[in-house]
Amino acid sequence: MKILVCISNVPDTTTKIKFLNNNTTFDSAGVQWIINPWDELALTRAIELKEAHAGAVSEITVVNVGLPTTEPTIRKALAIGADKAIRVNLDPKDAYTVALQLSEIIKKDSFDIILCGIESSDYNGTSVGGMLSELLDFPSVSAVSFIDIEGDQLKLKREIDGGQEIIGISTPFIGIVQKGIAKDARIPNMRGIMMAKTKPLQVVEPVSADLYTDFVSFDYPKAKASCKKVDPDNVKELVNLLHNEAKVI
Amino acid sequence: MSILVFAENWDGKFKKQTFELISYAHALSKSMNTTVSAISIGKVDDEELNKLGTYGASKVLNVTDCRLYTLDNKTFTMAIAQAAAKENSKIIVFAQNNTGKAIAPRVSIRLKAGLASGVIGLPTSYEPFTIVKKTYTSKALANVIVKSDVKIITLSQNAYGIVENPTTANIEHFSPEIADTDIKTTVIEVNKITGKILLNDAEIVVSGGRGMKGPENWGGIEELAQILGAATACSRPVSDEGWRTHEEHTGQTGKIIAPNLYFAFGISGAIQHLGGISSSKCIVAVNKDPDAPIFEAADYGIVGDALKVIPELIAAIKELKAN
Ligand SMILES: Cc1cc2nc3c(=O)[nH]c(=O)nc-3n(C[C@H](O)[C@H](O)[C@H](O)COP(=O)(O)OP(=O)(O)OC[C@H]3O[C@@H](n4cnc5c(N)ncnc54)[C@H](O)[C@@H]3O)c2cc1C
Ligand SMILES: Cc1cc2nc3c(=O)[nH]c(=O)nc-3n(C[C@H](O)[C@H](O)[C@H](O)COP(=O)(O)OP(=O)(O)OC[C@H]3O[C@@H](n4cnc5c(N)ncnc54)[C@H](O)[C@@H]3O)c2cc1C
Repeated sequence: MKILVCISNVPDTTTKIKFLNNNTTFDSAGVQWIINPWDELALTRAIELKEAHAGAVSEITVVNVGLPTTEPTIRKALAIGADKAIRVNLDPKDAYTVALQLSEIIKKDSFDIILCGIESSDYNGTSVGGMLSELLDFPSVSAVSFIDIEGDQLKLKREIDGGQEIIGISTPFIGIVQKGIAKDARIPNMRGIMMAKTKPLQVVEPVSADLYTDFVSFDYPKAKASCKKVDPDNVKELVNLLHNEAKVI
Repeated sequence: MSILVFAENWDGKFKKQTFELISYAHALSKSMNTTVSAISIGKVDDEELNKLGTYGASKVLNVTDCRLYTLDNKTFTMAIAQAAAKENSKIIVFAQNNTGKAIAPRVSIRLKAGLASGVIGLPTSYEPFTIVKKTYTSKALANVIVKSDVKIITLSQNAYGIVENPTTANIEHFSPEIADTDIKTTVIEVNKITGKILLNDAEIVVSGGRGMKGPENWGGIEELAQILGAATACSRPVSDEGWRTHEEHTGQTGKIIAPNLYFAFGISGAIQHLGGISSSKCIVAVNKDPDAPIFEAADYGIVGDALKVIPELIAAIKELKAN
């Protein structure tokens, strides 16, 4: 089996978000870029599966749609343990463009398990995995918090309100993963970092696409009014405010 | 023309989320001079289906195909796309929840429709169709133009609210064309807790962080939640350390919630935590550090020891409820 992990290159989760040019462009000055947290967990689980089922999983590929500036993030994925990488040379502007480029990669090569994160922490589209499944007419399962291989079948756990479902599925399929898929993301070791330098990173030119959406500008959320402090010896006053002023209890 | 809403049910019942979508779609339909149709998939009785009329649905397509009793992304997509074609729907509305995230993107490809996800309100313009969505894990908002003829929206929870628009809903049986071979997933087992208020549904959430010191101190949080009819939550380190179950983890990498009232006891207010709770209507923070960042996100705060404040809060709320 071949596994493909789709990775998004995103600003570090602590980044202060600022925009330039009349709030039309994200200010990337001084930003640290990381592998989207869910994609990093997906990659970790893919590596665990390869280790646990050495015969069954032959290769792990990571793919990113992005400009050459995303290569440090891709190299990090190789250092964590992916065998090879593909970069589609395009500055993506929405989830559909990304899904379309990914579908072209998958049509050219046969992957059995394709993993996406539930959401890219920059644009919060929560869309690429689903769009990709429909473009390829592959089955998809979303909110996946566990995955394992059982013979030629896969066993998944899907998070539902108040619990989980255990799901059986055959390959090829697209798993859209979330918290739980791996406990902690793997950290690359020295050997991994050295090896990553020589692992193959193929650059593919994009296909052209019509966009359905256009991100025209950004705003900052409304600033909160300042916090009203209540004396710790007067907890009753807090209850009074919540009841009479905020009207929430 | 129409607006189509995917009216999701949970064990045959709709939730506030579903009614919020209908209310929202009704407002859209007024501006666009059209009507709201809903599609329900699964086993839901007529009395329940009629409730969709209360919020403004004039038609309900009722899909009772027993092969669709559990969620299968592809076949749900087929059913909704066929309903959209039948109703000539120009906008299809989903909730930005697990099911919406699973199906809306697939429907968007099938119908060649632009998708705006995590939308927080009505369009700011209809020509061009412009709408505001959350980005950067609620640290920013984006103005997105959807250019396609058919448009798909997933609405953030509690972004619009519930509005009654009494309408008579015509319930119509609908049988989408689905072949057995289209169904590729098998649900082998379902494990659910029942009788507990779920985090995503709760109007009030009582949450604790590392400042609570240890799992033995959660009695107060549970009691407070119980008297308020609230759900309990926690920060990530608390679930990582096994003090609480993973279902309670809120934040960027856990659950993203928007209750009316969120209590944060002994939570520092890290940016990743705030990403999951900042849309709450009212935030109350109790922290012994006056400089804790949680106070910047909070509406009300007490600088003090949570372990001391909680019992006093319980007593004061009991007194309020008694009067
Ligand atoms: C206005 C705008 C400006 C942008 N500027 C940049 C930029 O400067 N640099 C840049 O690198 N990107 C940029 N992007 C692209 C962005 O980072 C995302 O890749 C893309 O928009 C999809 O985001 P989403 O939130 O819809 O993804 P989601 O649907 O939330 O992503 C879900 C999953 O899809 C996969 N995925 C998402 N994006 C990619 C990708 N690019 N490659 C491979 N897999 C992916 C991952 O598995 C991810 O977990 C920009 C996007 C927009 C809208
Ligand atoms: C990629 C990434 C994703 C993450 N995702 C999440 C996420 O989804 N959710 C999340 O929560 N975190 C997340 N984190 C972790 C986050 O950065 C913080 O470490 C975490 O939120 C801190 O949890 P805490 O507030 O419980 O603990 P701490 O930061 O240790 O804060 C404890 C607080 O309790 C106060 N305190 C101590 N004693 C008392 C007392 N007796 N009474 C009152 N107050 C007291 C202290 O003053 C302090 O402010 C993520 C981190 C990363 C890197």
